[in-house]
Amino acid sequence: MTFSIPPDMQYSKSHEWVLVDSNTALIGITDFAQDELGDIVFIELPSIGEILTKDQIFGLVESIKAVSDLYAPLSGTILDINPTLETEPEQVNNDPYDSGWMLKIELKDLSEIKTLLTANEYGDQTS
Amino acid sequence: MPIRFGSIIEEHHCVRTSVGKFDVSHMGQIFLDGNDAEYLTNKLVSNNVTRLKDNQAQYAMITDHQGVILDDTLVYRNSSDSFMFIPNAGHDEEMFLRWTHFRDEWNLDVTIKNSTSEIAMFAIQGPIAVDSIEALSSDTLSDLKRFTTTVTTIAGITCTVSRTGYTGEDGFELLLSSSDAVTLWKSLNFPSCGLGSRDTLRTEMGFLLSGQDFNHQTNPRNPFEAGVDFTVDLNQDFIGRDALLGLNPEELAFNFIGFSLPGRSIPRPGSAISNEAGEQIGLVTSGTLSPTLNIPIGLGYVPPSYSSIGDPLQISIRNSLKPAMICSTPFINL
Repeated sequence: MTFSIPPDMQYSKSHEWVLVDSNTALIGITDFAQDELGDIVFIELPSIGEILTKDQIFGLVESIKAVSDLYAPLSGTILDINPTLETEPEQVNNDPYDSGWMLKIELKDLSEIKTLLTANEYGDQTS
Repeated sequence: MPIRFGSIIEEHHCVRTSVGKFDVSHMGQIFLDGNDAEYLTNKLVSNNVTRLKDNQAQYAMITDHQGVILDDTLVYRNSSDSFMFIPNAGHDEEMFLRWTHFRDEWNLDVTIKNSTSEIAMFAIQGPIAVDSIEALSSDTLSDLKRFTTTVTTIAGITCTVSRTGYTGEDGFELLLSSSDAVTLWKSLNFPSCGLGSRDTLRTEMGFLLSGQDFNHQTNPRNPFEAGVDFTVDLNQDFIGRDALLGLNPEELAFNFIGFSLPGRSIPRPGSAISNEAGEQIGLVTSGTLSPTLNIPIGLGYVPPSYSSIGDPLQISIRNSLKPAMICSTPFINL
């Protein structure tokens, strides 16, 4: 099985994707991660204004079989959360890189970006 | 069997609304033949296999001398001196040895054969399962009664067809030679379902899962606590009966209950159950999101004083207590 790994995004080892746009970033979980979890039925996210610290838990994803923590790929302040996921968590299964986005943050430290994996590097990790 | 072939929720809905197939070949098959097959089986299961007619099956517990459940099983009578029972996955060798041990101890005339590796087992379940299988057989199968069996060919392959299952839906379990398994599986043109949906389906019914809702080492339960009194015939002298006779059913320490939660937090096995005051009173043994009801549901044990329908509970989920309420089981109306 091959998973979608958009080349314009960057990735964490814990299977979050990041789409950087100057000093902000969108964050979600990868196609590989949603497939591993199976049917997602509940997503717990922090609130707008909360501060994320890189590599710390910021929420969780619950599927029928398991619950998994979400780890912040970068540090920053939450500007927006995807309101759809409260009622339609399955959007993360259906479309993990677009309608399944989770957070938008304002980056605290742009130098953290270079710690992320490229699409090729992430692809090597999941293949 | 994998956890899932695609989506657990979709597989679940297939079985509830049409038909799905499960490869349950991990279940055991132990054959008992000889003059004392019935006697030995009655000594080792909680139910009364003397009540079975030929080609009929019965649900029973296998208990130790303390009345604690070792495994649950279906016992089939093929004829007056020929029986077969189905231990759960991983229990076949243990049960083969148990039957052999007591046969030898009591010097009985029974040939005991563990055929688990030679027999495949498929469960075909759902509201159109019976019609779908009947269409592949030369025989009429729709008049086969619940908990009875017949031998016929399905898609040209000889099978023992049993009108039983673990989903709450109508359907069959098929027993066949392992060597025919791949051929028949491919001929059964129904959606493949995995262990995940098997678990959500049985949890919606409140059915026990061996090893989890009872476990001889980690979650020892007797049949009364586990809510399967109907499988116990105390008039029959089985191992564990004396201990169970000594129990007052009104004074059980725990009852097996079903509960549901508002919200989306899913109870998981091992979570603490608390009363309204926040004192721990029991444990969750099974939990999932019910795909049919789209709410979290669970099974577990609490003291009888907390076990009436509608009683409030709290479930510990990720270090916070979530309100729950005791429900009747099955959770769903079929």
